[in-house]
Amino acid sequence: MTHTPQPGSLAAQVLEAEREPFRGSKQTTLRGLIADGIFSKNPVFVLALSLCPAVAVTSEVTTALAMGLAVVFVLTFSNLCTSLLRRFIHPKVRLPAYIAIIATLVTMTQLLMSAYFPDLYQALGVYLALVVVFAIILARAEVFASKNSPLPAAVDGFGMGLGFLLALVVTAAVRELFGVGRLAGYPVFGADYPPILMIVLAPGGFITIGLLIALFRVVGQWRERRRAGPTTDVPAPAATGEVSHA
Amino acid sequence: MEDLVLIFFSASVINNFTLTYFLGLCAFMGVTNRIDTAVRLGLANIFVLLITSLATWLLNTYVLVHAPYLSLISYIVVIAGAVQFVEMAIKKLSPTLFRALGIYLPLITTNCAILALALFQTSRGYGLAQGLVYALGAGVGLLLALVIMAGIREEVEMSPTSKLIRGTALSFFIAGMLSLAFMGFAGLFSKA
Repeated sequence: MTHTPQPGSLAAQVLEAEREPFRGSKQTTLRGLIADGIFSKNPVFVLALSLCPAVAVTSEVTTALAMGLAVVFVLTFSNLCTSLLRRFIHPKVRLPAYIAIIATLVTMTQLLMSAYFPDLYQALGVYLALVVVFAIILARAEVFASKNSPLPAAVDGFGMGLGFLLALVVTAAVRELFGVGRLAGYPVFGADYPPILMIVLAPGGFITIGLLIALFRVVGQWRERRRAGPTTDVPAPAATGEVSHA
Repeated sequence: MEDLVLIFFSASVINNFTLTYFLGLCAFMGVTNRIDTAVRLGLANIFVLLITSLATWLLNTYVLVHAPYLSLISYIVVIAGAVQFVEMAIKKLSPTLFRALGIYLPLITTNCAILALALFQTSRGYGLAQGLVYALGAGVGLLLALVIMAGIREEVEMSPTSKLIRGTALSFFIAGMLSLAFMGFAGLFSKA
């Protein structure tokens, strides 16, 4: 350590040391984090967290996609910031600190979206601001990012965000397709498809999500039965659930 | 006066926070297993909503006119702080009330309905009295939804249901039916 030639290489070494635990199986671990976010720990269908937007913005695929992308952005960077700051935040004030980080990121998203995509900003309305209190974002900061180094934390945030995005888009696709016979605005069933208003309005949102949760459970059981050997870590979802109410 | 009555009913039944705006679903799905817990949660909610409304009005009037881009951060921090403070005050002044509200008071702070109230109140430009009535209406609406949901779920738990939909999925179906029922209130004031 005494004869490290340049500060640049020292920084590189520190960076390497941070990544050390993931060097052996880096690919599988990071890919595993993303897969967890999409399948076994899907925020909406499995953990049943952050349900408000899942019902509210999913009457059209376009708005659902915009919401999902906003969440991917906020979740990735909030995990990254939390992880970078994890040695400086005192444990007693960690929750307010996390919320301040998240609120800053959401405000950035709002300003960017209102400047470049005013129509989408209008369509998302109050729900974009409500990303601040999404249980899933605070939960990932608390459960994962505060205990891991920046790279896995960011990947975990990205994976979870992606799972959220997919859940939103799938729900929106079902509702838009059967509600008005269109997909992202393009007619699928022809112009004379009689619109079923109930699916597009509030009750349809609840019922569609209910059906998809049941479907996801069936698929999850099938997947688990197929590879009974490697079980994913069970305590994590329980811990996340606790945080969601805190 | 008529204005305030309209705001109250509009917030409590016509645009019910949970069943029409989908706010506070985490608590709605998670905590509504029994009626008495639902009632306590609902009461604590009303309480926090009123504090939020007051805090929002103060912030909007005295602070945020100078720095509108800080709105989200200041709402969430001030609301969380105010709730903590009130919790400590109640613990000291009225232990009975504190036991009745219990753990629900701090938990509610991260409920999306609370932040949404601050945002709606701001975007609609409500004054102090209108804001407080709006908060009361929203709170009563949440209480109503929670209690109805808990009552139905108590019954459903005794019934034979498919293993696949038991739990969250079934709760969503029930919420869908309730939402359908609450849509009936939509035309309440339009003809008057």
